[in-house]
Amino acid sequence: MSSLERKLRGGVPGPGGGSPPPIDAAAAAAGLLDVAYATLDSPLGRLLVAVTPRGLVRLAYLDAGEDEDAVLVDLAARVSPRVLASAPPVDAARRELDEYFERRRTEFEIPIDWRLTHGFGRRVLRATERIPYGGVSSYKLIASEAGSPRGFRAAGNALGANPIPIVVPCHRVLLTGGKLGGYGGGLERKRVLLALERQLSERP
Amino acid sequence: MPRSDVPYPLPLPPFQELLDAHGRDVHRFLQSLVGQDADDCYQETWIAALRAYPRLRDASNLRGWILTVAHRKAIDRIRARRREPVPVHELPERGAPDRGFEPGDDGLWAAVAVLPDKQRAAVALRFVLDAAYAEVASVMGTSEEAARRNVHEGLKRLRTEYAQ
Repeated sequence: MSSLERKLRGGVPGPGGGSPPPIDAAAAAAGLLDVAYATLDSPLGRLLVAVTPRGLVRLAYLDAGEDEDAVLVDLAARVSPRVLASAPPVDAARRELDEYFERRRTEFEIPIDWRLTHGFGRRVLRATERIPYGGVSSYKLIASEAGSPRGFRAAGNALGANPIPIVVPCHRVLLTGGKLGGYGGGLERKRVLLALERQLSERP
Repeated sequence: MPRSDVPYPLPLPPFQELLDAHGRDVHRFLQSLVGQDADDCYQETWIAALRAYPRLRDASNLRGWILTVAHRKAIDRIRARRREPVPVHELPERGAPDRGFEPGDDGLWAAVAVLPDKQRAAVALRFVLDAAYAEVASVMGTSEEAARRNVHEGLKRLRTEYAQ
C-alpha cells in the first residue's frame, strides 16, 4: 500500500474527531419521528419508554426478560420502522414516572397511544386504567367491566401482555380473595408497586 | 440464515439500527466528499432516508442503500456550490471552486475535492470506507469495471496533483 493510500484510509482529519451530529431533532421537526424511545433507571430496574406523536405506546422492563433489541424490532413491525433513540419526546413520561416512584404523583397525565392493543384486550386495559391509585381489583371484575364476566382467563392474558405496565396499572389486578396472581415483570415488581402505593394512600 | 430468494420481503429493522451500524461510515464518506458541509449533508441524507424508509422494498443491503443516498446528497451539494458565485479573493488557482477543507489537512483532501465527481466518490468509497469494488459500483450505479477505472484514475491524478 502506498503512503497516499494509507493517508486516504485515515479519512478527513476533522476538528473534535468529527463525530456525526444527532439527527433526532431534525427527524422530529420533519414529522418523521414515528417512535421515539429512551431507557431510564427506576427502582424496578432499567425501563425502555417509547412514545409516538399520539402518546406513550410502550414501556418495557429491561431487567425482567425483555430484550431492548426485541422490543424495538417489535415496535418497528407493529407501529412504524421509523424508530429512533430520542430523549426530548420521552421527557414528559420520564418526569411522571420519576414523580410516581418518589410518591409525588398518583395519576399519570401523559396521553396513551393504545395502538398495540386490540378488541377485548384493549377493553380490559382501559378498565384497568380506571382502578384508582392504592386500590385493587380482580381479574373477574375487570373481565366483567370489559364486557365478558366469564372471560377472566382472557383478561389475565390481556393483562400479562400489557404493553404499558405501571402507567396502565395492571399490578392493581389481583386474584379474587387477594392473592397476587401474575405479573409480566415478575411478582416481586408487583409487590413493590403495590407497597409503594399503599404507603402513600394509607397516610392519614 | 437469510436467503436472497425468499418470496417475502425482509422486515425493516428499527431505523436506529441503521444509524448505529452505518452513521460513522456515512459521515466519513461525506467528510471526504464535501468537507465542512459534511454535517449538513449527513442530516439531509438521514432525513431523506427516514422519509423513504417505510416504503423500501428490499432490506437486504441497507448499507449500500444509505451510502447511495449519501452519495446523491453529496453530488447535489457539490453541484450547488459550483453554481454559487465565489468571491474573487477566494478563487483557487486551478480546478473547480470547491471549498470546505481545513488547510490543516496538508492539501490531500483539497486535492481529492477537485477530482472529477466520479473519481472522488470512488476513491472515498474504496479507501475511506474500505469498500470492495463491487460495493463502489453498486453505490455509484456503475459497472465494477468502471468502479475500478474511477479509483485507478483518481489515484493517478492525486499522485500528480498532491505533492507527497
